Amino acid sequence: MTDLDFAIIGRTLPYLWKGLEYTIQLTVVAAIGGVIWGTLLAMARLSSNKALSLAAAGYVNLMRSIPLLLVIFWFYFLSPVLLQWITGADRPPQIGADRSAYITFILFEGAYFCEIMRAGIQSIPRGQVAAAYALGLDYWQSMRLIILPQAFRNMLPVLLTQTIILFQDVSLVSLLNVTDFVGAAGKVAQRDSRLVEMYLFVAVTYFVMCFGLSWLVKRLQKKIAIIR
Amino acid sequence: MNPAILLDQVPDGDGTWLASLASGLQYTLSVAALAWIIAFFLGSVLGVLRTTDNKWAVRLGNAYVELFRNVPLIVQFFVWYFVLPGLVPAVKAWVVSLEPTTHQFVTAVVCLGLFTAARISEQVRSGVQALPRGQRMAGYAMGLTQAQTYRYVLLPVAYRIIIPPMTSEIMNLIKNTAVAFSIGLVELFFRTREMGELTFRYFEAFAAATITYVVIAMIANRVMAFIERRTAIPGFISGGAGGGH
Repeated sequence: MTDLDFAIIGRTLPYLWKGLEYTIQLTVVAAIGGVIWGTLLAMARLSSNKALSLAAAGYVNLMRSIPLLLVIFWFYFLSPVLLQWITGADRPPQIGADRSAYITFILFEGAYFCEIMRAGIQSIPRGQVAAAYALGLDYWQSMRLIILPQAFRNMLPVLLTQTIILFQDVSLVSLLNVTDFVGAAGKVAQRDSRLVEMYLFVAVTYFVMCFGLSWLVKRLQKKIAIIR
Repeated sequence: MNPAILLDQVPDGDGTWLASLASGLQYTLSVAALAWIIAFFLGSVLGVLRTTDNKWAVRLGNAYVELFRNVPLIVQFFVWYFVLPGLVPAVKAWVVSLEPTTHQFVTAVVCLGLFTAARISEQVRSGVQALPRGQRMAGYAMGLTQAQTYRYVLLPVAYRIIIPPMTSEIMNLIKNTAVAFSIGLVELFFRTREMGELTFRYFEAFAAATITYVVIAMIANRVMAFIERRTAIPGFISGGAGGGH
């Protein structure tokens, strides 16, 4: 294994790119879906309705205390049943691991985004809520027009940092045989016995992408801080 | 749902599925404990380095953190398990002399230890930086060396401040051991999936694992809250669940 053949990366690049495309797509969809679901959860947690806030807190704590890998496998088995229940179909629809992963990551990351959004909502002075109600806005209007836009803005760097973590977490779906970036590299590595080259390439690629993205987030953070 | 399945015998082994899961849990906890020792000491050293006035020490610490935070954990596992022996013949000679299980165990401990160290160092750094600057200056003014200032003035308070985030790091570490499944370590998640595949009782197997992880998280939480209460300095840090005003 001392003779290394890094040309294999060039030869399999189109296949690896397809894997990376899936990884990016899953990251973006899960980030958007997760933020929406997380915001709803945060509103539920902060709600004055005891049952609602307890249910949301229970959900978030459950998701946060079990390993993501376990959640990925849970939803791989549960997604067909869930979808059948939602759509009212006669039998569970057949969905592959690559598609159940979308549901998994939205629901799982939602718990983490919830905690961020909760901090964001709580960072808005109470007087603003009172002012909104005094103006005659109802709960949904004051959330949509007053509170949430500011909460998003304050929490944007943290939300983006969490998205970078999500981008890394997506690699775990390769253990369900999904061809994400790591999965694609792993399949080539196994087929051609080029584990050293492929995994080294994957590590370097992830490092460059995540390092660059966190650098951008840091710059954004500075920019936002100046405006305020 | 039939929890009694846990008491069925494992086809090609001796003992029940429950015993099989318990042996997996043993691996999970022992990997986490050993990795925690590495992470705590290395993370503390790196975290302290990043708060010193030595420019190069700060850079070294920062570089370490960036390196380990920007590569997914599963890829780090593959790097330690496949790439390192492939690149360094001496490592290869050593790992082929090991039992596969031992190789997986050592890899998991080292990988998780070094990965978690980067996160611990972030906590230690922020703990030290949360202290007023005057404390360090007072230490120097008293004639303490930099090392003594850290040992007697800064760290004793910094560690108390960071107990709550350290609790989440311990829990993260325990959860992250599940990723060692990727290199075939027979920890709790590995045993769970094995039980699911061999009995087709995925629901029972996964439910058992989920409950176990939740119980671990709750115990870790209680233990750390207890430590927090016991180490709180009266009137200094409003630490501990019952210690608030």
